[in-house]
Amino acid sequence: MASITIQSVSKSFGAVSVLRDIDLSIADGEFVVLVGPSGCGKSTLLRMIAGLEDITGGEIRIDGRRVNEVAPKDRDIAMVFQSYALYPHMSVADNMSYSLRLRKTAKERIAEAVRAAAGKLGLDPLLERRPRALSGGQRQRVAMGRAIVRHPKAFLFDEPLSNLDARLREQMRAEIKRLHKAIGATSVYVTHDQIEAMTLADRIVAMHGGIIQQVGDPLDLYDRPANLFVAGFIGSPAMNFIDGACRGGAVEPHDGSRIPLPAGLKAAEGQAVTVGVRPEHVRIVGAAEPGSHTARVDLVEPTGFGTIVHVRLLGEDLKIYTLDRAAARVGGPLHIMLDGERLHVFDRETTQRLG
Amino acid sequence: MTRKRLLLTVLHRLAVLAYVAFALFPLFWLLKVSVTPTSLLYTEGIRMWPSRASIEHYVFVLTHSSFPTFFLNSTIVSASTAVIVTLVASLAGYAMSRFIFRGKYWIIGLLLLTQMFPLVMLIAPMFKMLSPLGLTNSLSGLIVVYVAFNVPFATFLMQSFFDGIPKDLEEAAMIDGATRFTAFRQIILPLTLPGIAATLGFVFTAAWSELLFALMLISDNRATTFPVGLLSFVSKFSVDFGQMMAAGVLALIPACLFFLLIQRYLVQGLTAGAVKG
Repeated sequence: MASITIQSVSKSFGAVSVLRDIDLSIADGEFVVLVGPSGCGKSTLLRMIAGLEDITGGEIRIDGRRVNEVAPKDRDIAMVFQSYALYPHMSVADNMSYSLRLRKTAKERIAEAVRAAAGKLGLDPLLERRPRALSGGQRQRVAMGRAIVRHPKAFLFDEPLSNLDARLREQMRAEIKRLHKAIGATSVYVTHDQIEAMTLADRIVAMHGGIIQQVGDPLDLYDRPANLFVAGFIGSPAMNFIDGACRGGAVEPHDGSRIPLPAGLKAAEGQAVTVGVRPEHVRIVGAAEPGSHTARVDLVEPTGFGTIVHVRLLGEDLKIYTLDRAAARVGGPLHIMLDGERLHVFDRETTQRLG
Repeated sequence: MTRKRLLLTVLHRLAVLAYVAFALFPLFWLLKVSVTPTSLLYTEGIRMWPSRASIEHYVFVLTHSSFPTFFLNSTIVSASTAVIVTLVASLAGYAMSRFIFRGKYWIIGLLLLTQMFPLVMLIAPMFKMLSPLGLTNSLSGLIVVYVAFNVPFATFLMQSFFDGIPKDLEEAAMIDGATRFTAFRQIILPLTLPGIAATLGFVFTAAWSELLFALMLISDNRATTFPVGLLSFVSKFSVDFGQMMAAGVLALIPACLFFLLIQRYLVQGLTAGAVKG
């Protein structure tokens, strides 16, 4: 187990800069998830921790030791790849024991370690099989087994669940969380799936355009997104945004209606802002009342438990998540209330959160 | 419906059969002439099989001609060439597939350039170069030349096989504690066996049947390879077809054996590079 410290790390491929001035410290035993859209640099950062990419600037320390010049094999970390990267010509047992064999561990100890890891992951009956004779979920488990068998300083996960179908992904997600609870190893997990990020992480690092946008515990990012990017990225269905200008304690969208600002929010008169409201925080009211808006229902998407209602309001496509199946009918009117306390307000220029 | 399908199947089989017959007929004729006694060769006209078969030509070739020497020379030259080329080409192909280095573009260009000229053009300068080095009339000289001419293509061939193996695998191995070379040896190489077999086979056959350089660079009987040796059955006044064909049949044996050994990998190898899957 170890801590990982990343200090003003940058990375460029030729003239293209993919990571800029990244600072992050990961505590011993912490589960940190790097999340962001593809191309945001999260995988590159992970590969730099692993030693698979050179570090252009800055410094990475594992357990206090500077590893910039240390080969991957000497960093004592384990990595689970998106493609699993199982060795096709080796049995499951050999795949799992490869790292120990390279370290010339005694045969009895290897057998014991493989047995223990296989037991944890339910791989016992598969140990003699080749990877090609395994299902996707089983391969995923072997890749995990290969990582845990040697008790490394840290685990790195590079989108490990992306190749699985939705059901299996959910199952493996829970398994990874359980495993982390049991082993308590420092883990860095890369994903573009914000549900995975929310459910697994002790702390989420949201990245975009090679820059860390926000670091915090999952609910923090959900409750108080630091900027427009994080607001739009975390949460599903995604947050609604309405552009407007601040006037007299409220935001006025272009059509002249008013959305009250959260209490205590300071905004300059006339400041251009974007108001964000999560679909689950839009309240549907039975009839028009003071402060409510009336919108036309565009589309209804039942998901089973809840229903996503798309309405046209203030020139925007607004999504509403409701548990009331009967609330909306396509083409019909819908009265909605935007509660000031549940609004997120962002400066439109800087995209940063206000208040 | 079924009758139409039956007809199509029959037509398809006939077409395949016709093709196979066309491709194999020269081999059959080689065999036929090799077992035809000299006395019957011209007297019987064109027959599919002589009225009396004998192995007299084989006995003569093996006991009274220098053919065993030629045969041994060819085996030495072809096997050495195949092994050296495959070794060099796997390392070079790996580098081409995995590394970005200065001048890579130019090296690839130069390798390609060597494949663009007819070899005949290069015989005179080649001879001029090898002669002062004492490499004419020697098997090692021939091996050097063959290696030089086969490495570029073999490198491209091996590169395409390495391209087909995901980079993740050696990265996983490196994180597991292997050096890049160990990862190459223990993970990548075993997965490239089909490619290596295809390259070995390709180079071996190319060297085995090479005539031009062998003819020009070797004049000593002791260093002659078998394609040149076959010409020794052509004398000023006659061609001894029976013996020539017997020698030809014998020369097919090692190539056949070789392909028999590698065929398990070969089909895999020749198709593996084509489609990623």
